[in-house]
Amino acid sequence: MDGNAPDFAAASRAALADPQLRGNFRRAMDGLMSKRAAQFADAGEWHAVRALAASVRLRALSKLPELLEKLEENCTRNGITVHWAATTEEANGIALDILHRVDARLVVKGKSMVTEEMHLNAVLEKNGIEVLESDLGEYIVQLDGTMPSHIIMPAIHLNTKQIAHLFKRKIKDAESREDAAYLTDLARRVLRAKFQAADVGMSGVNAAVAETGTLCLIENEGNGRMCTTVPPVHIAFMGLEKVVEKLEDVPPVISLLPRSATGQPITTYVNMISGPRKDGEKDGPREVHLIILDNGRSSIYADPELRDTLRCIRCGACMNHCPVYTKVGGHAYEAPYPGPIGKILVPQIEGLDKRGAMPHACTMCNACVEICPVKIPIVEIMGRLRVEAVKPGGAVKDGGAKASRAEAMVWSGWAAMNASPTAYRVATLAMSKLGNAAPSSLPMLKEWTNVRTKPRFAGRTLHDLARAKGVPDV
Amino acid sequence: MDHQPPKPTRVYYFGTCLVDLFFPDAGMAGIELLQSQGLTVVFPQGQSCCGQPAYNSGYRADALKVARAQLDLFPGDDPIVVPSGSCAGMMKKHWPDLFRGEPDEAKAVQVAARVWELTQFLVHVLDVRLTDQGEPVRVTWHASCHAQREMGVVEEPKALLRQLANVELVELKREKECCGFGGTFAIRHPEISAAMVGDKVADIEGTGAARVVSGDCGCLLNITGALEAGAKAARGQHIAQFLKERIHGR
Repeated sequence: MDGNAPDFAAASRAALADPQLRGNFRRAMDGLMSKRAAQFADAGEWHAVRALAASVRLRALSKLPELLEKLEENCTRNGITVHWAATTEEANGIALDILHRVDARLVVKGKSMVTEEMHLNAVLEKNGIEVLESDLGEYIVQLDGTMPSHIIMPAIHLNTKQIAHLFKRKIKDAESREDAAYLTDLARRVLRAKFQAADVGMSGVNAAVAETGTLCLIENEGNGRMCTTVPPVHIAFMGLEKVVEKLEDVPPVISLLPRSATGQPITTYVNMISGPRKDGEKDGPREVHLIILDNGRSSIYADPELRDTLRCIRCGACMNHCPVYTKVGGHAYEAPYPGPIGKILVPQIEGLDKRGAMPHACTMCNACVEICPVKIPIVEIMGRLRVEAVKPGGAVKDGGAKASRAEAMVWSGWAAMNASPTAYRVATLAMSKLGNAAPSSLPMLKEWTNVRTKPRFAGRTLHDLARAKGVPDV
Repeated sequence: MDHQPPKPTRVYYFGTCLVDLFFPDAGMAGIELLQSQGLTVVFPQGQSCCGQPAYNSGYRADALKVARAQLDLFPGDDPIVVPSGSCAGMMKKHWPDLFRGEPDEAKAVQVAARVWELTQFLVHVLDVRLTDQGEPVRVTWHASCHAQREMGVVEEPKALLRQLANVELVELKREKECCGFGGTFAIRHPEISAAMVGDKVADIEGTGAARVVSGDCGCLLNITGALEAGAKAARGQHIAQFLKERIHGR
């Protein structure tokens, strides 16, 4: 762990000061929310399909160890080489070994959040291997030298004008045209040549089917299909929670995912990858590898309450609906997974010392819980992580890292005041009579009064009024 | 609601700490609305807070201590009416979790099951009919997150406002979006909270409403504070007080 914990408060201040960024997110997220709502106009259908998808994920998690063994067995039978990685370092090492063995110089990648979690691109570049992101949004972000700001729409923080400027700067012979069709075509021409020349293609996995050893990958641009079929070697990456039991478990997941994410009924491409090219077949990679990453997931799995974190199918709808995310955007989190799911997943993976502030970047409004297609109790887990952050020796990495004697004393004093009717009466009386004299420069009031007037104590409490008006006490 | 319970003759009132300190008139208005329906309202003087601030801050033992101090104030089976969706949600939804495995768990579960948010109770249990005595006014409704998503209170307050002949209700464009209060969130992340309440204020202004009515005092502190600081024309008010004023014609 590096010593420099990301500073969400500072990063979000910077994001809020950028009106262009705020406008881009507001517009994009408003659009996505209404598109999603149109997909689920029938509340009965929504409840039914959501219950089904949640049950698929729950069932898979309930027998996760068994399903992972079965997945390995069936993938191996299909000719897919399965590798296990406990840490991101191990996963990067496995990938590098394969790349070195086949003497790879150029890698093309489809979208994969697990490889973002691994910082794989940086590792490959350090080893002299050219790596090119082929999802349009990922390609834009890579050209820009930044990271995805959304797990489904990596470049959603940029508008057409900004992308046109970027392409003009970075792509040879690019014209300065703020025209989405032109820009897409330009990127397509660059990428097409790379697909043909690449030594290895990489991809993520949306669901891995244990009973058949099939890797399911959904996408809209066809770049996923190119990455997984054109280069001679395909390496797929997945977090160990992505397994489902049966083939029939796939449709609920791949139907709910795009409907929740972008409001599409289905993605343009649905890839079901069941092994390398077989004798007599005309296309497909010679080798297919599956790297299954743990990186803290098995610890999350060990706690029955936190385990629900692993239900996630990475649709990103929680981001689109989060009033915090939609204000500050994804970069402010400085994490591979931003927004609500990031606020519960990243602290569990990276530890509460580094990420203990993340579960507090939330008003607990429950907008994410309302729309999560697999019913993850995000806010309950958020609350649990707030407990773990101040309680040493718990189930989460670096538990108790945010424990503060001063804060504990404040809450203990608050509890003493509110647990005794006499103490409460004295305290509320004092606040009612004297509270308004508090200067706005007091630490907490200062934050409050930046954009608000000072709360005014009423002078008499409801207890007083009720007593004065003869409202019975028992 | 699944079923309409029989109309009780007696209810408990849990006023909440924010009402106590900042909106006692709204709290009293809620009591009077219930009394106007012929109910005996009991306000246990020993009450303080539902425990939510500590609960949401990660200090569950302190939250439990405070919640426990409320448990014996509501003996019997009479409903407990709360003029706040957030505090009602804490009691109804989170107390069973908070007391899990504790010796008084059964009592907490019994109390939690009797909790109603005020407008929910007025609509579903009392089926109130309001007669508007006030001047014509345009208002908008701010739905608190916990009222909507923990108590399932979405249409009830708006249904009450629509009973008032001289009240024009113009809904917010983003009614479901959080105002940015979030308890300690407003202090921990003041800039984000400010951006959120800024969007909320713009939405309120867009309705042209003279008043924004809400059922939660946390939201009201936040929204009215921002309206005042921005010198906006609209004013915030708790729905209990608004309803009481309308039926009394002032």
